[in-house]
Amino acid sequence: MRAMNYRGPYRVRVDEKAMPRIEHPRDAVVKVTRSCICGSDLHLYHGMVPDTRVGQTFGHEFCGIVEEVGPEVENLKAGDHVLVPFNIACGQCHFCKQGLFGNCHESNPQATAVGGIFGYSHTAGGYDGGQAEYARVPYADFGPTIIPDWMDPDDAVLLTDVVPTGYQAAEMAGIQKGDTVVVFGAGPVGILAARSAWLFGAGRVIVIDHIDYRLESVKSFAPAEVYNFKELDDVVVFMKKTTDGLGADVCIDAVGAEATGSMLQTILGKRLKLEAGSAIALHWAINSVKKGGVVSIVGVYGPTGNMVPIGNVVNKGLTIRANQASVKRLLPKLIEHVRTGNINPKAIISHRVPLDDIADAYHIFSDKLDECIKPVLLPSGA
Amino acid sequence: MSDTNLALRISNPSKAVDTQSIVGWGVDADPQNDPTYPYRNRTEDNHSGEWRRPTQQEAQVELLKSVEHKWLPAVFGTASPPSGVSGSMRRLAFRWSESNWAHWLLLIAADRVNMIEGLVEDLGRGHVPNIPKEMGVPAEWRHNKAGLLKKLAVAAAIGGTVTGLIVAKRNAGKREPSAS
Ligand SMILES: [Zn+2]
Ligand SMILES: [Zn+2]
Repeated sequence: MRAMNYRGPYRVRVDEKAMPRIEHPRDAVVKVTRSCICGSDLHLYHGMVPDTRVGQTFGHEFCGIVEEVGPEVENLKAGDHVLVPFNIACGQCHFCKQGLFGNCHESNPQATAVGGIFGYSHTAGGYDGGQAEYARVPYADFGPTIIPDWMDPDDAVLLTDVVPTGYQAAEMAGIQKGDTVVVFGAGPVGILAARSAWLFGAGRVIVIDHIDYRLESVKSFAPAEVYNFKELDDVVVFMKKTTDGLGADVCIDAVGAEATGSMLQTILGKRLKLEAGSAIALHWAINSVKKGGVVSIVGVYGPTGNMVPIGNVVNKGLTIRANQASVKRLLPKLIEHVRTGNINPKAIISHRVPLDDIADAYHIFSDKLDECIKPVLLPSGA
Repeated sequence: MSDTNLALRISNPSKAVDTQSIVGWGVDADPQNDPTYPYRNRTEDNHSGEWRRPTQQEAQVELLKSVEHKWLPAVFGTASPPSGVSGSMRRLAFRWSESNWAHWLLLIAADRVNMIEGLVEDLGRGHVPNIPKEMGVPAEWRHNKAGLLKKLAVAAAIGGTVTGLIVAKRNAGKREPSAS
């Protein structure tokens, strides 16, 4: 089969690879119909995530048709079209029992802090991902969800990560009716977080980024007030000024490790890789939020330490909530939001690219060329 | 909360104290005061670390396991097992826990070595990788011609300067042979 093949930072191609097999009785093999490149794949692509091995296939956002199931999978059969949550979760361990499907303890030997994730380095379990014609799906009786007849597969594939992640960012923030919510980052997750903030009753939603075309897309999708931080002298001072000098009730970090805006953070985190990426978005979130406010983090950071202004967290009495989205827990609610039109995920798709052109797709997304927001990959047979 | 539930919640029951002997134990407990909502399902919470485990996958390739794990998780990926020099570096890294900086910096360093191994492997089987294509240069040409030309010009200028410096140094070396 054809599959993406990582060759080192900024280098990917499509190669012929062995077909995935059933390796565990709860596995399924899925023929991929859609996969996406995610902003967090760019951290892998840029060589930021430890233990990203040459030869791996990325892709944690995909849906596809069940080809074969292992003997312990009874609720799926060949031919079912499923969307596959990016978390690999057993559904029965200490954490899964609490609905923490993003923190499963039975899917990743290489680390305890993070659960298994498809195609996301060996730090997240060493699984090959869905940027391929076929993928092995462990715990297939638990994670994969049959796509409803009425649902467009373009919507379905976005329910595997960006929609639940954006939604959970707003949920973790405990937004109260009328709250002012600031979202740092106008990528797909930031856009969805802004949209979701309204669903929780926000009174004002502000989105900050440094790329104008991304901010324009937020205006139409969310809709929200948008600001380009390159045009602001000081992001934190601006936020205080626009919120009566108090700060926002809620700040959401939807950027993570590759934030721009600080030379020091760029050198330490992005160039030298001595910390878990540039934490500038998190700095701004902590410093722009009101005392007693909530900072919600869904931006991806590496496992090493970070320069984070923890003193301000203490002095301001902040609540910090953070996690990988527990996709499976949120799916019933989000499928309903898609059905009723409260969320229209496919509106953020900007590029549809054949799998064979994956190197171009990564480069376009990484370098923000051609006004790219969200690229979807189509396997040759789909 | 009943005592039976309490017993379940203590991670190591042999270390438990008799809470009945502590004056005022639990009087301010408020189940509504839960900043972790909606995550922690307190009713089924089992702090003992034992649960009905899934069937264990059999390892057909070499796996590296975090020293923080009590047991091998029931499923795992089998992509790109450790190999070569980078593999040895990764094995070394897994002597340390995830809280140790050395663990992660060694893995990042192994990734860089692995990239070179990938190149050697490609050449070894007679495949010369098309690096510009793998880096998406065709897309850059389509969408950012000016930017690409500028990058190439800068690269050429740096290349030219470096070559110039080397040549100049060589020539200088010829003119002024060292005293030794
Ligand atoms: Zn993703
Ligand atoms: Zn689990």
